[in-house]
Amino acid sequence: MTVFILRRLAQTLLVLLVTSALVFGGIYLVGNPIEILVNPAADEMEKARAAAALGLDRPVLEQYWVFLKGAASGDLGMSFVFGRPALEVILERMPATLELAFLAMVMSVGIGIPFGLYAGLYPDRISSKAIMAGSILGFSLPTFWVGLLLIMLFAVQLGWLPSTGRGPTDDVFGVPVSILSIEGLRYAFLPALNLALFKLSLIIRLTRAQVREQALLDYIRFARAKGLPRSRVIGVHLLKNIMIPLVTVIGLELGSVIAFAIVTESIFAWPGMGKLVIDSMFQLDRPVVVAYLLVVVVMFILINLTVDILYAALDPRVRLEGSRA
Amino acid sequence: MREFLRSRIATGALAVLGLVVLVALFAPWIAPQNPYDLGKLDLLDSRLAPGGKYVLGTDGQGRDMLSAIFYGLRVSLLVGVASGLIALALGGLLGVSAAYAGGRAEQLLMRVVDIQLGFPAILVALILIAVLGKGVDKIIIALVCVQWAYYARTARSAAIVERGKEYVDAARSLGFSHARIVLRHLLPNAMPPLIVVGTVQVAHAIALEATLSFLGLGLPTTEPSLGLLIANGYEYLLSGKYWISMYPGVALLVTILSINLVGDQLRDQFNPRLAR
Repeated sequence: MTVFILRRLAQTLLVLLVTSALVFGGIYLVGNPIEILVNPAADEMEKARAAAALGLDRPVLEQYWVFLKGAASGDLGMSFVFGRPALEVILERMPATLELAFLAMVMSVGIGIPFGLYAGLYPDRISSKAIMAGSILGFSLPTFWVGLLLIMLFAVQLGWLPSTGRGPTDDVFGVPVSILSIEGLRYAFLPALNLALFKLSLIIRLTRAQVREQALLDYIRFARAKGLPRSRVIGVHLLKNIMIPLVTVIGLELGSVIAFAIVTESIFAWPGMGKLVIDSMFQLDRPVVVAYLLVVVVMFILINLTVDILYAALDPRVRLEGSRA
Repeated sequence: MREFLRSRIATGALAVLGLVVLVALFAPWIAPQNPYDLGKLDLLDSRLAPGGKYVLGTDGQGRDMLSAIFYGLRVSLLVGVASGLIALALGGLLGVSAAYAGGRAEQLLMRVVDIQLGFPAILVALILIAVLGKGVDKIIIALVCVQWAYYARTARSAAIVERGKEYVDAARSLGFSHARIVLRHLLPNAMPPLIVVGTVQVAHAIALEATLSFLGLGLPTTEPSLGLLIANGYEYLLSGKYWISMYPGVALLVTILSINLVGDQLRDQFNPRLAR
């Protein structure tokens, strides 16, 4: 286990180095942030002074080296636009994104597993077919377009829910959280639903496929032949076995929800990391974009690692690479 | 094929998909106006509700939405299919070659694939767009980079089964070159699962391109895809002028949905684990 984790951490460093080099080098080539940051009327002298102040006048490799040295000590550079450390700006927005992702996952798991279980157990019922048709629709609907439709229906036509922004927040151990109050939930509901829709469809389809495959296997037949009540066969034997692949997918999807929040946050003007990175890309705020990508890559690697370990813990048949030694 | 036609939903989806492709191919001939010929646009006709002269209404510049959708479909399909085909060729070849070569090369490739698939497509695409910039070619490159790993993984697992078979041994003992065995023997036999992955991937690519264009990170405004049309209508949405965003979205949905339905049926047919 230790060998496995160590090996994965080494791999993580490599991935981070490659990502940062790619992003840093690439973004450097795209545009000149000075043109945006400095008053267009400024003369060359002023531009040069501003560039020197931001360290933009040095060669790319040197800038990258300075960035790497800083990154090793947790300093990812200063945001050009905010004039504050990029990491700080991002971490400030992180709770908003995380709570949105959390709410979306709760929605998709809470609705997806029961629906998928039902559709898998009774595949021939009309209601099951309706669930499956709905899920393929949810799978095909482009997230951003659904977001627009939700705003149109619930905010513009019906006027039930606010369309943009985040509700009032409460402090929980110093972290602002908005989903603990009714008013906050009113703001979070539409964006979270929007974000959940795709995952919901995925979980329904996956649960159903698992149920259908597992239900034919010998251990289920055996449990039935023993005369166990149906509820026990489904609730204990079947559910336990379908949970293994589901946990993996749910874990991985949590990461993907955080990434897809970019789209939802942009539509609903939700003040999270995703909206920040899109805004920063347009303003050529390079340190924020680079820092965001690195932060998200780290989050991803941690999530993937946790999922792998959980997977091994849940399924005794799985052995982690390197743990055999 | 006969089995495919037995599923009514899949057959219907295939027919719709065929229609969508035809519309996209012949857009310049069947569209009521050329939406990018500024001389044909009448600003007095801007933001008209659907009905009358303009079946689906007009946008902020007096452009007929139906024509804009036909042309947008062209761009969306082109980007989706082109990136899908290139990724299939690249990923398929890499995956099959890796399975054939085995050893270190295979392990290395699969490790790269695993790492990339650990990240969601939109994030990878975002990084690449940030690096590459805008443009049709750039977005196709980004989509290829996002997709190749899926094909590579599928191709490898199909080729692993194939490489142990006798015809491969026979080809080897006849002294054929490695390239010939990979290209003429292994790759064709790994094709069926690749095609299944391909249908789903093309739908994904179209949706991803639309998403990126919607965010303003995709195609330039001179070649609006469906995603960009939806984005252009966004500002009118809150004032109740729904049609500018709504109908391009419907076109996008119909396209993606029909591809997914066809792909679903293909997958079920190729899956030996589902007893029929």
